[in-house]
Amino acid sequence: MVLTLFAVTLISATVLGFVHSLTKDAIEASKLKAQNEAIKSILPEFDSLGESWKAAPTEGGDSLTFFPAYDASKNLVGVAVKTYSKNGFSGLIELMVGFKPDGEISGYQVLEHKETPGLGSKAQAWFSNETKPKQNIIGKNPETTDMHVSKDGGQVDAITASTITSRAFLEAVRRAYDTYKNNLPAAEEEPAVSSEPESEGGES
Amino acid sequence: MNQMNNFTKGFFKENPIFVLLLGMCPTLGVTSSAINGLGMGLATTFVLVMANIVVSMVKNIIPEKVRIPSFIVIIAAFVTVVELLMQAYLPALFKSLGLFIPLIVVNCIVLGRAEAFASKNDVLSSAVDGASMGLGFSLALTMLGTIREFLGSGMMFGIKIFPEDYGMLLFVLAPGAFIALGYLIALINRIRKV
Repeated sequence: MVLTLFAVTLISATVLGFVHSLTKDAIEASKLKAQNEAIKSILPEFDSLGESWKAAPTEGGDSLTFFPAYDASKNLVGVAVKTYSKNGFSGLIELMVGFKPDGEISGYQVLEHKETPGLGSKAQAWFSNETKPKQNIIGKNPETTDMHVSKDGGQVDAITASTITSRAFLEAVRRAYDTYKNNLPAAEEEPAVSSEPESEGGES
Repeated sequence: MNQMNNFTKGFFKENPIFVLLLGMCPTLGVTSSAINGLGMGLATTFVLVMANIVVSMVKNIIPEKVRIPSFIVIIAAFVTVVELLMQAYLPALFKSLGLFIPLIVVNCIVLGRAEAFASKNDVLSSAVDGASMGLGFSLALTMLGTIREFLGSGMMFGIKIFPEDYGMLLFVLAPGAFIALGYLIALINRIRKV
């Protein structure tokens, strides 16, 4: 009896190990592809991606990952920042936000979320709606635009019936920007914005 | 046993969702769109067929007392295979089904068929039974997903029928799943009684 059960589990484990080794590379590749596609969709046209690096946000917590993008003559055209917020309506929200060198948001992509379908899950379309300037964050600079929902005194309209998701989303954007500002690519010279001393990250 | 009968029973006469009311958790959870329902249904079908085949092959060497644990291990192994394959080759679908794939293990249809059918019948009948139940399950999930997607967000298989703003949000959320399922079951029962 014990032997049969042992045999069953042993065979199952062997089969799983085999399938795992078969699919491991494909899973890695598809994850990498999804990541590269996200970077491509949020940054201005670029030629090559530089070495990515990690940096912790000023208020502590998990590190954010930075992906710098360069044009053909090796000038920085933007940085994609993989950021997150733990204050979503149902836990973690992961975003990729793209910044131009002057800090302007060039795009974003929601990578992972568990928000309510039909409500909080609208974040991907909501904050990039070009016909509604009050909710669109693309092309705005967090330096000059207060990235809080208007209900909290900011300048961005929250998703209808999903204020909590919107707060978390904007928190992730602010975290990305603040960390980006404090961890600019070392070797590249940056436009004026980088010398701003102001840093009030993570007030939420 | 007549294989044709055996195959067709899962769609209508013994449909796991509409008639047997098994596996309600993934049914209500994943059917917010037609494509999710179909993907979940086909993943479950694969697990059902494979688990039924293996269970009917080993039914004579597994002692009565460790029957259930052995079946669960076999089912769990196939579910993990599906999960890995889907993650590797269908990442978009894997992302939207996410948590529900591992939960196929505890879907009572799979264990139910292994216990009630595969452990008493030969390999071929068991495979046909698995396919029948699995496809019936897929059919039910796809129907439910289509209805919810259409009413909730104005789309069918991701194709826009009417603007999303006019959709009834309720149908994308959990209560809509219960309402739509209730009406579908009522309808199927009405047809069955004729």
